[in-house]
Amino acid sequence: MEPALFLLFAAVAVVCAINVVVQRHPVSSALALIGVMAALAVEYLLLGAQFIFAAQVIVYAGAIMVLFIFVIMLLNAGAERRTHGSLIARLFGGPLLALLLGIIGSVVYVTFRRGPAVKFGAFTGGTAEHVGRAVFTTYLWPFEITSVLVLIAIVGAVVLAYKELE
Amino acid sequence: MNYYLLAVIKAVMVVAAVMLTLLYLQWIERKIIAHIQRRLGPHRVGPHGLLQPIADTFKLLIKEDLLPPGVNRFFYVLAPFLAISLSLISVSVIPFGPEIEVAGVKTWMQLTDLNIGVLFVLAISSLTVYSVVLAGWSSNSKYPLLGALRSAAQMIGYELPLGMAVAAPLLMSNTLSLRGIVESQNHYYGAFFPAWNVCRLPFPQALGLIVFMIAVFAETNRVPFDLPEAESELVAGFHTEYSSLKFAGFIMAEYANMITVCSMATTLFLGGWLPLWPARHGSDYFPVAVFVFFGAVAVYHGLHPARRRDAWSLRGFGFLLWLAAGVFLIPPARQVLLPLFWFLSKTCLLLFAFVWVRGTLPRFRYDQLMRFAWSFMFPVAVANLFLTGLLVALTS
Repeated sequence: MEPALFLLFAAVAVVCAINVVVQRHPVSSALALIGVMAALAVEYLLLGAQFIFAAQVIVYAGAIMVLFIFVIMLLNAGAERRTHGSLIARLFGGPLLALLLGIIGSVVYVTFRRGPAVKFGAFTGGTAEHVGRAVFTTYLWPFEITSVLVLIAIVGAVVLAYKELE
Repeated sequence: MNYYLLAVIKAVMVVAAVMLTLLYLQWIERKIIAHIQRRLGPHRVGPHGLLQPIADTFKLLIKEDLLPPGVNRFFYVLAPFLAISLSLISVSVIPFGPEIEVAGVKTWMQLTDLNIGVLFVLAISSLTVYSVVLAGWSSNSKYPLLGALRSAAQMIGYELPLGMAVAAPLLMSNTLSLRGIVESQNHYYGAFFPAWNVCRLPFPQALGLIVFMIAVFAETNRVPFDLPEAESELVAGFHTEYSSLKFAGFIMAEYANMITVCSMATTLFLGGWLPLWPARHGSDYFPVAVFVFFGAVAVYHGLHPARRRDAWSLRGFGFLLWLAAGVFLIPPARQVLLPLFWFLSKTCLLLFAFVWVRGTLPRFRYDQLMRFAWSFMFPVAVANLFLTGLLVALTS
């Protein structure tokens, strides 16, 4: 059951990711990106990382992408025009894509060939309790530094917004 | 196989119950608002207008399904489906009662208990904004777009105090599972006073409940926060261009969301299915008394000469209520009905508050709405969370 679901949602994620590039309208692209994030969230859930699933949906799909779509709708961006493409892209696009996929595939193959096979339901350290404990003990410093970084970004955003007002 | 069969049966029962409730929630809302405004409300179709929701559904079914020119067809059709499915998914983690045994099969009165239940509900509710935004944008029309933009800003603004208000009872219950939250509230002070999160030491969450309720009024786009569909400015807001079943989809989603958030408030703050006072002091016979009393009231009015027009319908209601009181005395039915009674009575009280507010308060202005979110709701929610955390840390 789980492997089938995992493959299904992996396929959904890939199809949505291709759609992000192929779609002509920015809103369609953004919605396809939400599809990618939702599919990834389900993959996290299947692998036992329940807290990451919730965080992925709440933060990425529920907050960040809403702002993206908000901005796209406010700017009233229309559909993009399709060009014929440059000569370089037409000549080297296909081979370069094949090369990139080949490199990624070989790296994954070499790195994870010897590792243990994934067992669905074997990993149980993904609950909110486990993640919270890890964040506030083992990874306390990276967590606090990230918080300060986010605070700086917020202050910067407020300063920029005030400049606009004046 | 048995497990799947049980899950399917439970899911069908819950969905049927929710659908029936949201069908009649509209009738109840129209009746209550009518009486607040000294009108009768729907009373032509069936006794006391009881068949009105079915007539309305039929009307919406046979209306022409318009597709305005210039809409983005895929997203235009997707939006109402998204609205309905998202509003129904959250019901799957709400616990309606404890473990029961029917015909030798033990099962919980809950579809599924996630150990991140609260986060799951928050995640799903953070996605509902897409149905509104998509509907507004894909309609390719001014008013829906303005309504959708308002709605997006409002839902993001009120999600923060909502999350903060939800976090405070979690600190007291020390779990994210909705079933665990209810069970942690299962004790009584001095054998009588309930230890629900709303009145539980070390820090009663009354403020949290108020912030939660105000925030969910905004999240569900209800009066006084129904700016996205303000009819005096935006015709009907984000669903202006919708007709027939797709329009019904948005209305159903709104009512389903109301039911979900009221059940969430019941679970988090009001002790879920737990009775007001312990069973050993006779709380099990409270529903019987309630039904007998209201049955007597209905029969009295049915026999009164001034109510000749409603004579038979009121007597009928009275006998039905007495029948319900009798069902509560049958032992196999009691174990299911008692938790359900307490859960539903709390949820219905909150739903009544939704309707009551709609009949009482005028709509906010848009700047008032945003200022209220950021300069009142958010600080109050943060202060509540901080105090709760401090007191829980000091006493544990």
